[in-house]
Parts: sequence; C-alpha cells; structure tokens
Amino acid sequence: MGQQLGDQGARGEQLSEGGTATPMAALADRPSGRRKPGSHGEERAAYLFLSPWLIGVFFFLLVPLGWAIWLGFTDEQLLRSGNFIGLDNYVRAFTQDESFYKALGVTLTWIVIAVPLFLISGLLVALLLNQKMRGMSFFRTILYVPAVLSGVAIAVLWFTLLNGELGAVNQVLRSIGIENPPDWFRDPDFALWGVAIMSIWGVGTNAIIYLAGLQNIPPDLYEAASMDGAGPWAKFRNITLPLLSPTMFFLLIGELTAALVIIGPIIVISGAGGAAGPADSLLFYMLLLYRVGFVEGQMGYAAALAWILTVIGLLLVWITFRLEKRFVFYQS
Amino acid sequence: MTQNAIPSSDYGRPRARRLVHMAFVYACLVALTLFILLPLGWMITAALKPDNVPVFTFPPEWFPTEYFNFGTFVEALTQPNEPYLRFAANSLLLASINIVGAVLSNSLIAYAFARLEFRGKNVLFAIVLATMLLPAPVLLIPQFLLFFNIGWYGTVDGFPAGYLPLTVPAFTGNPFFIFLLRQYMRTIPKELDEAARIDGAGFWTIYWRIVLPLSVPALVVIGVFTFLGVWNDFFGPLLYLDDQNWFTVPLALAREVTKVGTEWNIVMAATLIAMLPPLIVYGFSQNKLMGGIASVGIRG
Repeated sequence: MGQQLGDQGARGEQLSEGGTATPMAALADRPSGRRKPGSHGEERAAYLFLSPWLIGVFFFLLVPLGWAIWLGFTDEQLLRSGNFIGLDNYVRAFTQDESFYKALGVTLTWIVIAVPLFLISGLLVALLLNQKMRGMSFFRTILYVPAVLSGVAIAVLWFTLLNGELGAVNQVLRSIGIENPPDWFRDPDFALWGVAIMSIWGVGTNAIIYLAGLQNIPPDLYEAASMDGAGPWAKFRNITLPLLSPTMFFLLIGELTAALVIIGPIIVISGAGGAAGPADSLLFYMLLLYRVGFVEGQMGYAAALAWILTVIGLLLVWITFRLEKRFVFYQS
Repeated sequence: MTQNAIPSSDYGRPRARRLVHMAFVYACLVALTLFILLPLGWMITAALKPDNVPVFTFPPEWFPTEYFNFGTFVEALTQPNEPYLRFAANSLLLASINIVGAVLSNSLIAYAFARLEFRGKNVLFAIVLATMLLPAPVLLIPQFLLFFNIGWYGTVDGFPAGYLPLTVPAFTGNPFFIFLLRQYMRTIPKELDEAARIDGAGFWTIYWRIVLPLSVPALVVIGVFTFLGVWNDFFGPLLYLDDQNWFTVPLALAREVTKVGTEWNIVMAATLIAMLPPLIVYGFSQNKLMGGIASVGIRG
C-alpha cells in the first residue's frame, strides 16, 4: 500500500533490529532430515490459519502484478479502458518524453547526493554515540526522534525554516556574514540541497542501526590491536570498517531503494497537482509517475514508467551485490 | 568519573588527552542535539504566538519566552474550515482498525508457519519472504485501479469508501510482521502445545489460549509500528480520499503550506498536533520495543 512508499517511521528494515535473524537465515534454518508430515486435520487447520494471507496475496499482489504487466502495453485512462498498443509506452518514454529524462536526471542526482551523505553522516554520529561516556542514552533518544515523526510534518517544518526571505536558517546564515543565502526551494540550483538538509535531520535512524553493528564488534580485537601499538586510525581502518561493512551494505541497499521512491515530502514542498518545484528541479521519478497516473490519468503510460523504474532499481541492486563480494567482510 | 566510564582503548592514555577527547565528543553531541531540538523549539514558539504577532522574527526565536498562547492549538483543533480534531479522530480510527487487523492476521499466519506441519510450508514461507522484495511502485497503479473500479474510493453516500483500501489489506498480513512474529513464536516451548494437546485442546485453543497471550511483547512491537505507519501515512490517503470530512492529519497538513494567506502560527500548531502522538508512543514504547524483542521464554 501507499505507506510502503518511502514514508519514514515504519520502514521495514527497522524490524530486523534487536537481534532477529535475517530472513535469508530463517530459510536456511529449516529442520534437517525428514520431517514427519502433519496429520490431515493439522494440514486443514494450517490452511485455515493461512487463509487471510492467501486471500491477500492473490487479490492484492498476484492480480495487480499481472494487471500491471498488461497495463504497460495499453493506453488505459483512469475513466476509459484502454487498447493494446504494444511497446508504444516504452518507446514514448525513451524517445519523446523530455520529462522522463528530467525525472531520471533528478533521481540519479539525488542518489549521488543522498546515499553517500546519509551513509557517512550516520556512521560519524554512531561513532560518537558508541563512546563509553555518560549520557549516551539521552543523546540516542533525542537523535532518534525524527525517525518516528510524520514525513509531512517534517516537510512542513523545514519548508518554513528554509523560506528564502524569512526562514530561520537564512536568518542565521545572514547573521554570520553570508549576505545572499540561497532561496532553497525556489531556486532550481538549491532545491535538492534543501531536501538534503531536511532529510539529514533524520540522521539518527541510520546512526542507531550502525550503533548496533558497532556494539557487536568484540572489544578484545581493539585491545589486541592496542597492544600491538595500533593507533586510533589504524584500528578504525582495520577493525571497525571491515566488521561494520555488512551493516553498511544493508544500509546502502536501503538508502538506494528509498532514494528511488522518495515522494511524500516532495509533494508537500512542491505543491499538489503534480507540481515539481522551480524548473522541475524536484521532478523525482515517483513524482512524474504520480503526475502522469493520478493527475493526468494516463494509467497505461504510468504503469510502463513504473516498470522502467523497477528495472533501474533491480540493476542498481544487482550492481551493489556484485560490489558486495569485493568490499563486504563477513565474520565466519 | 568511574573506571568503567573510560573506553578500554583509553588505558594508559594521558589524562589531559582523555579530557580533550571527551570534550570533543560532548561538543559534537550537544551540537547535534541542538540541530534536532532547535527546529522543534522554533515550531513550538511559533505555535504559541497569538494571531497578531509576527511568527518570523530577526533573530529567530528558538524557544518560547514571551508568548504562551495555547489558544492557537484550540483554534487549530476546532476551526470550522479545517478542524484538526476531526482529522486526528479520522487518523486514530484508521490506525485502530489497522492495529486490530495487523495483530489478528499476522498472529494467525505466523502461528501456522511457526507451529503447524503442512505440505508446501517451505515454499509458502519463501513466498512470504519474496513478497518483502516486491517493488511497490509497480503495484501502485493496478492496485489503485482495482480499488477504484470496485468503488473503494472517495466517499459513497456519506460512507468513506476510500477507507477500505487503507484498512482491508491490513487484515491479510504483512511479510515483515509475519516474519517477526514467526521468529518470536518459535521461541515459545513446544512442550506447552503438546501438554495442551494431551488435555484435548485443538489448534484454535492452543493459538488463542497459549501462543497468542505469550506473544504479547512481539504484538506490542507490531502495534507500535502499525500505529506509526498509519498515523504518518500520506500517500495512501492522498490517493483514496476526496472529501475533506474524512481527511487524515498529514493529508490536511500537506495542503497548508502552499495555500495563499497561510497563518503560520496555526500551521505550526497543526504540525505539532501531527507530531505529538508518535512522540508519546515513542516515549512509552522505547523500552518495551527493545524488551519485547529481547525477552524470550515463558512466565510461570
């Protein structure tokens, strides 16, 4: 449903915090050897217990998924059923639609800005929180606050703070001597940076996940390294980074997919009706999809655009998994 | 300073360097805390101003000193054209239905995967995991058309038909919650089931009287995540609701900033209203969330 689409707060990845094994590990831990089959009554009961899920998978997943494939080949409109038009939608996107390339450009630029920014800032904050000093649980509690707040509320707040003339951020910038601070969301060159500032307010989300990874590193590794005369940088480079690389990889996949489907806060900032900021500088891919499908009602074309986004997403994830083999270190 | 307040890697470091190190860490953390809290403080300050006082000042006011006009909140909650009390009630209604649906459906489904033996179990569980990876954008258009075509959209004869696509799917389970609960239920000793079977209990009784009560910590986690997800959801209500009477808080709030002639103190009060319930839930559940996942085993 809609709530899977990039709203903060309930992102599924948070569920795997706190020591639950990963889904893939769960598949592997099936009991070894032959299992005694359940009795006839047990089997019937099992399918009864499963029936809500079976019904849901059929009606809300399989049927829409099949329909989505068909829709991509039609000129379906919201209030008029469409005809089969072959690959026309896909040809149109790649050869005639300038806003398609604009949206790809905005989204890829955002990935280049957001993914490294959030991965590195989260790590730095986690390193601070991992110091064994007093008051850390207080700082941790405060830093995690934005993660539970509504994305719309956060967008409204930062839209106000980043107002060009009156906003508090620019007041501060002027008072420290920057005479012409950027007009953030009304300047095509700075709109994406406004979104970045707004998003980095939620740095605590990644920091908490990194922190769990940091606390899983055995302390005796550091002690042994100290005895060998290793300095702080050597310890970070040779112990922390390699042992944290699985966490980093997990966050990388999460940030990559989140960056591809960001939309809610963008609609708040750029206004209803599919507007996309000055010179379409906030035309994220999902905003284009929303505009084409729900504002203009071109459901067939929107379905085709969704498939293109999915293929791009799968490609990026596949490339990331290829890199995993080279850069991610798993403790045996 | 107690001995265990010093990181192990600091043994033997000169005292002066240790103090510099601590001062640096605390300075960074205080700066970060201010970065999180000052925007919230500015928002509260603005919300507490009466209508005739400018919200934007130079220099910015980061915490309330002069005005404490709680009437702004009353106004935001009860103003006739945009009553946030009504929107909050709508959001709470949706959240309650979703929580009931999520707790019921996911526990039923997870019980089958955790406790019962049946043909195709591994295949079906692999499908649960696979649906975690399904790309949401692809399902967006056909799911909307499906609901739209069967009339689950907007308002029909005063009934919010658009609430159906925002609630019914919760009753069919969620792969993340199924996985979480199944892992949790596997930690409940099977001897309890077997003892109950000997006493003549059926599968339903075992689910209802033994497994469900013992899964409460995990169910609380699911309830909290569901509440946060539904209360904060914007895109779903944006697609399916067309009558302002049935708007949720984020949907109503999103329209405020681009409106002409915005009253900023009211908008900031409304933003605070949107933030408060998640903050309260976070405050209460922070320990329970961690404890819920960690605590394993049975009472009595």
